[in-house]
Amino acid sequence: MTPSPHNDIPAAFALVDIRGLRKRFGDNEVLKGVDLQIARKEVVCIIGKSGSGKSTLLRCLNGLEPLQEGSVSVDGQPIRPDNRQALRELRQNVGMIFQGFNLFPHLTAGQNVMLAPRLVQKTSGADAERHARKLLARVGLAERFDYYPDQLSGGQQQRVAIARSLAMNPQVLLCDEITSALDPELVGEVLQVVEGLAAEGMTLIMVTHEMAFARRVSDRVIFMHQGQVHESGPPQALFDNPQTIELRRFLSLDH
Amino acid sequence: MYEFTLWDIARNLLLAARWTVGLSLIAFIGGGLVGGGLVVLRLTGTRTLRRLIMLYVQLFQGTPLLLQLFLVYFGLSMFGIETTALVAASICLTLYASAYLSEIWRGSVESIDRGQWEAASSLALSFGEQLRHVILPQALRAAIAPTVGFMVQVVKATALTSVIGFVEMTRAGQIITNATFQPFFIYGSVALMYFALCFPLSLYSRRLEHKLRR
Repeated sequence: MTPSPHNDIPAAFALVDIRGLRKRFGDNEVLKGVDLQIARKEVVCIIGKSGSGKSTLLRCLNGLEPLQEGSVSVDGQPIRPDNRQALRELRQNVGMIFQGFNLFPHLTAGQNVMLAPRLVQKTSGADAERHARKLLARVGLAERFDYYPDQLSGGQQQRVAIARSLAMNPQVLLCDEITSALDPELVGEVLQVVEGLAAEGMTLIMVTHEMAFARRVSDRVIFMHQGQVHESGPPQALFDNPQTIELRRFLSLDH
Repeated sequence: MYEFTLWDIARNLLLAARWTVGLSLIAFIGGGLVGGGLVVLRLTGTRTLRRLIMLYVQLFQGTPLLLQLFLVYFGLSMFGIETTALVAASICLTLYASAYLSEIWRGSVESIDRGQWEAASSLALSFGEQLRHVILPQALRAAIAPTVGFMVQVVKATALTSVIGFVEMTRAGQIITNATFQPFFIYGSVALMYFALCFPLSLYSRRLEHKLRR
């Protein structure tokens, strides 16, 4: 592992603090001791081969996967998977966007965005609707409030999903290969929205295959290999001057 | 000898139809309530509890309803519990229907993509909220056709309660046939009456499914 100045953020400043994280599925150890600190407003892209543990790492950060060893804390609060109430509070702070959008197909775009604020934060109907309209406008879909997911393109669905997770006012947004299921011509509109969020100071942790995007937008790139952070640093350094043979090989493969 | 008029036949069959309808309703409502509870337990319970429920379901799916009726009716009295045919039939049909319905509904819940649960829990919804607002509305649509299909089976299966003394439509037809010697006419009428009960159910299910397309 290559030391990098970014790796040494003092814990007090880290919004997301991951220490010694291990995760096994049966006999298969997917995460083999990950240490990672992410600062407020930082945009971090995680790259690596499939099976390197990128998505699992992301899913450990909002408790979708229980971790076996080590600790993860967000905004100073450690994740305790056995405590449902604590997990719910964590998830209001940590939004997640999925590769497959996972919009609720029986609800309109507007209802998708309003559901969680109304149920979890007990927002009144009128307030939730006003907020939802504002969020849909922010992702460029003001006119699609009453459309059902199957009436929207993949890119539009993913933008609704972004608006939906923003509705909870999270401090961190986790993006799990959010453009991988999209037709190439629809990737741009989604990345543009994410870039806008980054510019507004949202803390973003993205697993992505979009190397050009990672280079342009991220503050730090993490290369994961065999369940560990193998190399990390600012995008220019990482992409132009990879230190390890594994990263060089990964970058020369298809990107 | 007393002559059966057409009106006598129709009146007796219609009176007997009350039992067919009543027993079916008992099976739907009792089975629906118990079956719904079982689904929730299967989703939330411990592994042992889930195994027990699976055993329960397999037991009632794997034995004939006819035998279940015999066992409950005669079995309960063997343990000194006084039962009427109505109590025995209600217990039996409820247990029988709950086993099938819980299996059908569990299947519909499991047919919903895992991503829906994950998206809902990522939005900080509680388990109950996820089930109520995200999963069940979608599972409902998948469940309609098999549920109604099973209901139609139940309407017809109530004929079996004649073995513990119910004079429902099939048994009434048999009795009337013995008196009138018109088997084809009587049984034909009984068959038509079953059809008149079941067809609207299927029709309604199709309409409901269409309505819930969203």
